[in-house]
Amino acid sequence: MDEKQYLLRMENISKDFFGNQVLKDVTIRVGKGEIIGLVGENGAGKSTLMNILFGLSVIHETGGFQGRIFLEDNEVNFASPFEAIEAGIGMVHQEFILIPGFTATENILLNRESTNYNILVEVFGERLRTLDREEMHKRAVKAIEKLGVQLDPDMLVSEMPVGHRQFTEIAREMDRQSTKLLVLDEPTAVLTESEANTMLKAARKLADSGLSIIFITHRLSEVLEIADRLVVLRDGQVVRELESSKTTPREVASLMVGREIKDAISVRSNDSEESEIVLDIKDLWVDMPGEQVNGVNLQVHKGEILGIGGLAGQGKLGIANGVMGLFPAEGEVHYKGEILPLNNPVSVLSKGIAFVSEDRRGVGLLLDEPIDLNIVFTAIQIQGRFIKNFLGGLVKWRDEKEISRVAREYVDSLQIKCVSEKQEAKELSGGNQQKVCLAKAFVLEPDLLFVSEPTRGIDVGAKSVVLETLRRQNREHGTTIIMTSSELEELRSICDRIAIVNEGKIFGILPPTADPADFGLLMLGEQEEVKSGV
Amino acid sequence: MKDQSLTRAKNPLVRFAISNAVPILFIILLIFAVPLSGFSTDYLLNEIITRLGRNSFLVISLLIPVMAGMGLNFGIVLGAMAGQIGLIFMLDWGVVGIPGIVLAMLVGTPIAILLGLLAGTILNRAKGREMVTSMILGFFINGIYQFTILYGMGSVIPISSNKLLLPRGYGVRNALDLLSVRKVLDNMWSVEISGVSIPLGVFSIIAALCIFVFWFTRTKLGQDMRAVGQDMQVAATAGINVDRTRTLSIIISTVLACFGQIIFLQNIGTINTYNSHDQVGTFAIAALLIGGASVAKATIPNVFIGITLFHLTFIVAPRAGKELLGQAQIGEYFRVFVSYGIIAISLALYAWRRQVEKETERRRAKAAIKAAIEDGTGG
Repeated sequence: MDEKQYLLRMENISKDFFGNQVLKDVTIRVGKGEIIGLVGENGAGKSTLMNILFGLSVIHETGGFQGRIFLEDNEVNFASPFEAIEAGIGMVHQEFILIPGFTATENILLNRESTNYNILVEVFGERLRTLDREEMHKRAVKAIEKLGVQLDPDMLVSEMPVGHRQFTEIAREMDRQSTKLLVLDEPTAVLTESEANTMLKAARKLADSGLSIIFITHRLSEVLEIADRLVVLRDGQVVRELESSKTTPREVASLMVGREIKDAISVRSNDSEESEIVLDIKDLWVDMPGEQVNGVNLQVHKGEILGIGGLAGQGKLGIANGVMGLFPAEGEVHYKGEILPLNNPVSVLSKGIAFVSEDRRGVGLLLDEPIDLNIVFTAIQIQGRFIKNFLGGLVKWRDEKEISRVAREYVDSLQIKCVSEKQEAKELSGGNQQKVCLAKAFVLEPDLLFVSEPTRGIDVGAKSVVLETLRRQNREHGTTIIMTSSELEELRSICDRIAIVNEGKIFGILPPTADPADFGLLMLGEQEEVKSGV
Repeated sequence: MKDQSLTRAKNPLVRFAISNAVPILFIILLIFAVPLSGFSTDYLLNEIITRLGRNSFLVISLLIPVMAGMGLNFGIVLGAMAGQIGLIFMLDWGVVGIPGIVLAMLVGTPIAILLGLLAGTILNRAKGREMVTSMILGFFINGIYQFTILYGMGSVIPISSNKLLLPRGYGVRNALDLLSVRKVLDNMWSVEISGVSIPLGVFSIIAALCIFVFWFTRTKLGQDMRAVGQDMQVAATAGINVDRTRTLSIIISTVLACFGQIIFLQNIGTINTYNSHDQVGTFAIAALLIGGASVAKATIPNVFIGITLFHLTFIVAPRAGKELLGQAQIGEYFRVFVSYGIIAISLALYAWRRQVEKETERRRAKAAIKAAIEDGTGG
């Protein structure tokens, strides 16, 4: 491609944070109407690169960057995201930036509303112009049409399914006439498969109309499907640029991590069917927003790894959260023959059931506390371990030495990358935070372990460590594991049985060796079509 | 909602009761207290009309900060002080009648804007704790106000009329007569319908204010305030200047409170220089809450329902107390007790109500899904 045709050129970008080199001589060029897939492990430098493009204050405050950015052959250096937006770069975030009590229209046009003049404007200024609702509606409809999706402009965001919220965000960028380049940061992370497909189609449609897109995602198949070219980042450098039609997921993945990934489908002797039932769930209802569970019946055998899969928003996450008492639940749960009280996390934990939440930063970790305290925190609270008693138990002190020792053990065995076990949890990358969460559960020595989305948002390297750790815990300690995950391949690689949740109910349980098509059919609620026998 | 038959409406009825628990509680209280007090209907109507005219403006001044997500603005006390300073100068300069009121407002407005700016700036540093901060700020500014009036006026700030000053030559007297403007707004255009006099002048000012507030919600600034009120971060990301928007809402509220206090005092006819503003915030907020408003949502109907119920309670409580316990003082005690009590209860109820709403929502959803499943298997 001739240089003239590039919409955006980021040339020889380097950036260090206080001597820590995060980007080295990175050059990226985006053509007009082209979709560039930006892939890389967490910490590979994707976010930093985008932060530089948008002129985020965190870049300026840490000494700026080296290299030059050209937008349509004009050198630019944005002082703030608003300048970047002004220049025609739109960003759609992973987390929704929407006002829940506003309609789609109001959100799409937030702070860019159409207004009418009135006399008070002369006295009090532009902000006293009245809103032109009719015109706003028209503009919203137009922006939505550009996307080619179904979206009710008058629906409140709080009442929308997740996918529609994502469309609302993109429509907002589309309303800006000047938008030439769209950065989509993990746009499908929270979408169901069908929503993600619609989303990809919309992106393609936008690109065909001349918009350039930088697409950041962990889902390789998606990025291969949609992107024209892939840029693979590793350790702050561009490892390779690939034509997406001429590569395979395996090649991209191996470039990303720089090491070969072993095919990890486990073959296990499947005798757990015969063993005793350790957890018996009957007619469980859980009110978890977005993950409603509507009457689940499920039996878990001692010593097995049971997978719970299904599309996002169908309720698979609600099962673990309901049993653990984190969201209001109703129903009957027996654990080792005894009734398990619902809505009471303390009693569940003290019975030897542990939980690694999908909400790592919210439920899983005390972000402002060091790693070691995070690891032992639940053990201290629930089991009274790591405590030194003085005056016959009147005064209790934490046993810092023992805490540090145990923490170091886990730091080593789980390969937690950190300065020391005293580093604060919030400073760790997603993958390492997840390992801390696992250590926190393991230290309880649980008989039954719930693990939800253990590899969500973490890089391939950390992923395999996490899965291997779970497998080892199951094998060596006999821990029964119930693992909830959106990634079917991951479940198939580690589980003995996989239950598929659809519309808040278990639609079927399959062995990992079953035909992938059958899993897909179950996820889509097509129970009758499944061949493998449910 | 209304025409739903009782048999079907059990759920909506319960829901209505829950979301209007406070006003309903007061209506029940009044059903007992009004007959006990033995007041005539005419008397009560007259009193209510008077108090609606007197207080509405002040209570309406609370609405805009609620919209901007800053909760109930105890800081309207600041506006009240500004209004009183305006009235003091008006008295000193000897302007009477409606021009006097206008002058008091003109003098009070810049002071209110400055105080509102100060309050807004401080509240922006106390996001999420606006209510308690604005309350304490009220106490603090009260100190400065009293110092200015007690030592500044007549010494540094020229006050020529000796009638206003303390005998020692500086400092304003404790009580000031507002004879020159007493009820000028009320009498500006007043009609009497079967013994009940209605101050249409004041009511048209209040109506104009209501229209303004309604219109304001449809402006760009109003939309920005709603956005900021719901999610500051999202609003900021969209380029809305959050702090400035919040400050503006407080300034508008403070200026309206300044006008409100002037309207209030012209009806009363005297200023207690050092106390008149004291309870303005508490009473206005209590009235609004009794009208069914919450920390997050307050509407114009809440204002009028609230003032009616709150003041009706005040009027009948002393008499009812006397009839019941032989003591009229119980009424004054009741006034303070009710104001603070109702604010505390409303804040707690607000949290409780949200929980109940969630729970009913959940039960309904479950029932609906169950019904759907049964339908499916049956058919």
